[in-house]
Amino acid sequence: MPHVGANTYGEVHMKFTKLMTGAALALGLATAAVAEDKTKVGFVFVGPVGDGGWTYEHNKGRLAVEEAFGDKVETVFVESVAEGPDSERVMTEMALNGADLIFTTSFGYMDPTINVAAKFPNVKFEHATGYKQADNVSVYSARFYEGRAIQGHIAGKMTKSNIIGYIASFPIPEVIRGINSAYIHAKKVNPDVEFKIIWAYTWFDPAKEADAAKVLIEQGADVVLQHTDSTAPQAAAQEAGNVITFGQASDMGQYGPLPRVSSIIDDWAPYYIARTQAVMDGTWTSTSTWDGIGAGMVGIGEISDAVPADVKAEALALKASLSDGSYHAFTGPLNKADGSAWLAAGETANDGDLAGMGFYVEGITAEIPK
Amino acid sequence: MDLSAINPIILIAALISAATPILLAATGELVAERAGVLNLGVEGMMITGAVCGFIISVNTGSPAFGFVMAAVGGAMLSLLFAFLTQVALANQVASGLALTLFGLGISSLMGQNYVGIKPPRLEDVNFGPLSDIPVLGTILFSHNPIVYVGLLIVAAVWATLKFTRAGLVLRAVGENHDAAHALGYKVKRIRTLAIMFGGACAGMGGAYISLIRVPQWTEGMTAGVGWIALAIVVFASWKPWRVLLGAYLFGGITQLQLNLQGAGVAIPVEYLAMSPYIVTIVVLVILSADKSRAPGSLGRIFHASQ
Repeated sequence: MPHVGANTYGEVHMKFTKLMTGAALALGLATAAVAEDKTKVGFVFVGPVGDGGWTYEHNKGRLAVEEAFGDKVETVFVESVAEGPDSERVMTEMALNGADLIFTTSFGYMDPTINVAAKFPNVKFEHATGYKQADNVSVYSARFYEGRAIQGHIAGKMTKSNIIGYIASFPIPEVIRGINSAYIHAKKVNPDVEFKIIWAYTWFDPAKEADAAKVLIEQGADVVLQHTDSTAPQAAAQEAGNVITFGQASDMGQYGPLPRVSSIIDDWAPYYIARTQAVMDGTWTSTSTWDGIGAGMVGIGEISDAVPADVKAEALALKASLSDGSYHAFTGPLNKADGSAWLAAGETANDGDLAGMGFYVEGITAEIPK
Repeated sequence: MDLSAINPIILIAALISAATPILLAATGELVAERAGVLNLGVEGMMITGAVCGFIISVNTGSPAFGFVMAAVGGAMLSLLFAFLTQVALANQVASGLALTLFGLGISSLMGQNYVGIKPPRLEDVNFGPLSDIPVLGTILFSHNPIVYVGLLIVAAVWATLKFTRAGLVLRAVGENHDAAHALGYKVKRIRTLAIMFGGACAGMGGAYISLIRVPQWTEGMTAGVGWIALAIVVFASWKPWRVLLGAYLFGGITQLQLNLQGAGVAIPVEYLAMSPYIVTIVVLVILSADKSRAPGSLGRIFHASQ
């Protein structure tokens, strides 16, 4: 929906031009970052800040930056920016208006970020969940798959129908990793478990997400995992009853203790503060950050009382072992879905394999959309 | 692949329910466009209806009253569009886009304290023994009242446009506003009423999403449905029953493709995902080969002096 992006973008643009003298633009300076006391940090969001999930947490990170630096920092954001060309326009405008650091917070902003960064060598860019770096483009992501392992464990233990529904967004490595991790750990505790996967082809569309959840429930799923951004699947599961869900990206605690029994919480605040500090200090360099439960970037929301005590204890033990690094969520023996060997017994997946993951593990019968 | 997991009866019942927001919004827009007004603010009126209906339902505990107020909210917002285009004589396309943007903004402002709340449920209509009829009972007699209201509105719009004097006048205003004016019809008044009807329908459609389909309030939750409704009006050649067909096709194929994915059918997912758009467009374009055309004065500004 480019129109939404265009709107908010327009509003912010007007705010920009009011705040700025506009002279920088008129003079055609590529970056207005010079001679500015305040460090200006821009954020490009894929959904509305009130989505209750992914974008909500990124915006919390933005607010934490404001809180941490007070007057020394100015943040701007544009929400509901469509992935693709529209995002390139938004980033360009942010850079033209003097942003020193721009966080682009969705996978589909990857190429636009690289393109815009090439035009503004003095502006620092940070792209979330992607894999393309440049001199002024860092990448950062969280090891959400560690959280998925815990969800898979609880799901496998708690399902009665042995059918677990999964609302996926786009067939990108991050989403596929999540499906694999959840499946491996569900299968480990429940060999009869079966995954039904629906690709919504959207990050945020509450009506569609709710429809997908209802379809999965109608087809027998009593656990629904989601990799989309809104709380709509939670509401659909609550309506249906006897279905458990997990908060995605944000705690979604308002849907606990049932259907939401736990959650993956993204905590971007420490990273955003550290990177903003680096820009202020002039120590910013292009980095690749991929932190998990151990570093605190992935939080596990409270496991509700709807989960039996022994399952909860196991889940917490799993969390502890993922956190201290004594266990890796992708530990062999594991085969790929086509039957070929992937990891030998005891071998763990390397980050390269994980970052570009484009296959299901053995046992998942569906095909990944190309 | 396990097609047995799909229950065709539930699927049809689900599509009727899922298509209702588009159906309501598109029918309202059809009336406005038949009166010669192109209102691109459907998305904004829907989301405003969604938040108004949600707030009223939560506070009064009555979803039925919520729907009424959603219609009022949508109509109120459309009055802004009516003022801009009928009084201030502003460009309709620009005003409509502005209305969408305004609606998205004001709804997120109004809804800030309503995130994560569960609205009261609108009970299904009790048809008694009718709902026990095999197959038909589930498909036809298992819905909430708004589904039937939507169908009634389509039928009423069709009958009004085709058989009544009021419908004739409305069409005259839309086809040639100068001639209608010369005949003594109040072009602006008629158009304003048509715009308000469109706003009310869109508002109810939005409330259907926030109160029944999801049910919750989330910012921007209509996520483009209003634009699909607008497209369906055009592809349906401004004919009410074709709007119904278009909405059901779109809703139906959306439901079907989700079901097929869940059942693991071996059709590539990307084709399934695009199928609702393609099938709806193709079918409606084929139907519109009968030389039907847009209302003659659609989108044109009327001023009595011209």
